[in-house]
Amino acid sequence: MMEWLQPIQNLLGPAWLPIWTAVKIMLIVGPLMGGVAYLTLAERKVIGWMQVRIGPNRVGYFGLLQPLADGLKLFMKEIIIPSGSNKLLFVFAPVITLMTALAAWAVVPFNAELVLSNANAGLLYILAMTSVGVYGVIIAGWASNSKYAFLGCLRSAAQIVSYEIAMGFALVTVLMAAQSLNLGDIVKGQHGNYGMLNWYIIPLFPMFIVYLISGVAETNRAPFDVAEGESEIVAGFHVEYSGMAFALFFLGEYANMILIGFLTSIMFLGGWLSPVPFLPDSIVWLFAKVAFVLFLFLWFRATFPRYRYDQLMRLGWKVFIPVSLIWVVVVGAWMQTSYWLW
Amino acid sequence: MSFFDVVFYLFATITVIASVGVVVARNPVHAALFLVLAFCSAAGIWMLLEAEFLAITLILVYVGAVMVLFLFVVMMLDINLVQLREGFWRWFPFGALIAGLMVFEMIWVLGSRQTADVSKAVAHAADYSNTKELGRLIYTHYVYPFEIAAVILLVAMVAAIALTMRRRKGVKSQNVADQVKVKKADRLRIVKMKSEPKGSEN
Repeated sequence: MMEWLQPIQNLLGPAWLPIWTAVKIMLIVGPLMGGVAYLTLAERKVIGWMQVRIGPNRVGYFGLLQPLADGLKLFMKEIIIPSGSNKLLFVFAPVITLMTALAAWAVVPFNAELVLSNANAGLLYILAMTSVGVYGVIIAGWASNSKYAFLGCLRSAAQIVSYEIAMGFALVTVLMAAQSLNLGDIVKGQHGNYGMLNWYIIPLFPMFIVYLISGVAETNRAPFDVAEGESEIVAGFHVEYSGMAFALFFLGEYANMILIGFLTSIMFLGGWLSPVPFLPDSIVWLFAKVAFVLFLFLWFRATFPRYRYDQLMRLGWKVFIPVSLIWVVVVGAWMQTSYWLW
Repeated sequence: MSFFDVVFYLFATITVIASVGVVVARNPVHAALFLVLAFCSAAGIWMLLEAEFLAITLILVYVGAVMVLFLFVVMMLDINLVQLREGFWRWFPFGALIAGLMVFEMIWVLGSRQTADVSKAVAHAADYSNTKELGRLIYTHYVYPFEIAAVILLVAMVAAIALTMRRRKGVKSQNVADQVKVKKADRLRIVKMKSEPKGSEN
């Protein structure tokens, strides 16, 4: 499909592969950053409408230039490094947050051909990358030399480690159903003659709920945003950050949200597959599903009050982990019977 | 030198530097972070050997979970460096002996003729799944050692929890089941009373 690139490939010779890979990375990261920018606008608009407000409408038509204005504002601001902080780690923390949020995108398939790295252990890779993301929060909280930041980072670390277990088990059921760790194969496993009835959301519905809620908790979004609970610990781990350093945390958080949206769509909602048999499969479906999951994120934020910390830990350890453990056994037994239709 | 070698020496150098950093770093948090770096570059080396499952699991388990909890503890400890350094020279000969022994063992194992041939990665087809192969072996050939190891870990976990659990009296913890079971009648009493004439309150 890339015949027109052949002359360039011949011209570059051995340098072709790294350059072409870099171009592909840019093609993923560029739109992703655009998506992050407009997700912030969508968030403010949606929450505004839910609370019978208008939301941003001054900058550009319908407030469409608001993300650019916000970005410019953050870019122009001074980055203040607190005295007594650990300067190297203080600067490094937002970089880790954004880096891990972006690295996971390497194995995300957009349709049957469109994937940067068609890795066999793609699901494991994603789990590993999202679990490393917590270091950004921990290092930020510790390096800031501030008690609010430190408390925020401790809360966040405990929360992320707890919910990762339930999330991992939810993914175990998916890979049992698909019999593959490759994200492309997981989507292909949901292909069938009955449209959305073939998706894994049907047999794995409890795991879908667990994964979605754990995803909200993993990205520190409301109602699980105790890491930055403004009313208790000012703004949590990034209270000392300003300007672009703060913006990087923001970018990382929203890139992670979009990633969770993609993963939920790929693993439970059939990825790029069409929900009805008479319409063709297309990347448009994937984007529509991601938009729906992201809307759920915004909806949760506008609707639910923040969890208290002990309730949050109870939900993770005493509800989600037992439920997901049981469902792993149920799916395993179910797959041995003839009633397993997926 | 091929690209493979370049990548190997890069990861190897980072691993060695980070490991030295773990030992010499004055700040315990820095030492823990150096250990994270060492794990990451070791995972890179494993990846070079096409052991992608082990490499990713190293990141997932050790970097993503174990070291996070480690950092968690180290950050909250009030560590007195002077106290830590006490007795350094007294224990130095013992430590040096163990280090020397380990270096000797590694040279013995890695330098011998039998192991020299297996140090190269076995080439596999592109669709070869290391994870599947490993899973098949663990759950068939090595199922008893695997299950026994799992039970030992479980026992260790239960023991650690049992050792640290204290049942203190007078703890104001909430019983969630009771909270959920509450009915309106348990908490609310509706009292019917006549309205009082104006001016009667004082």
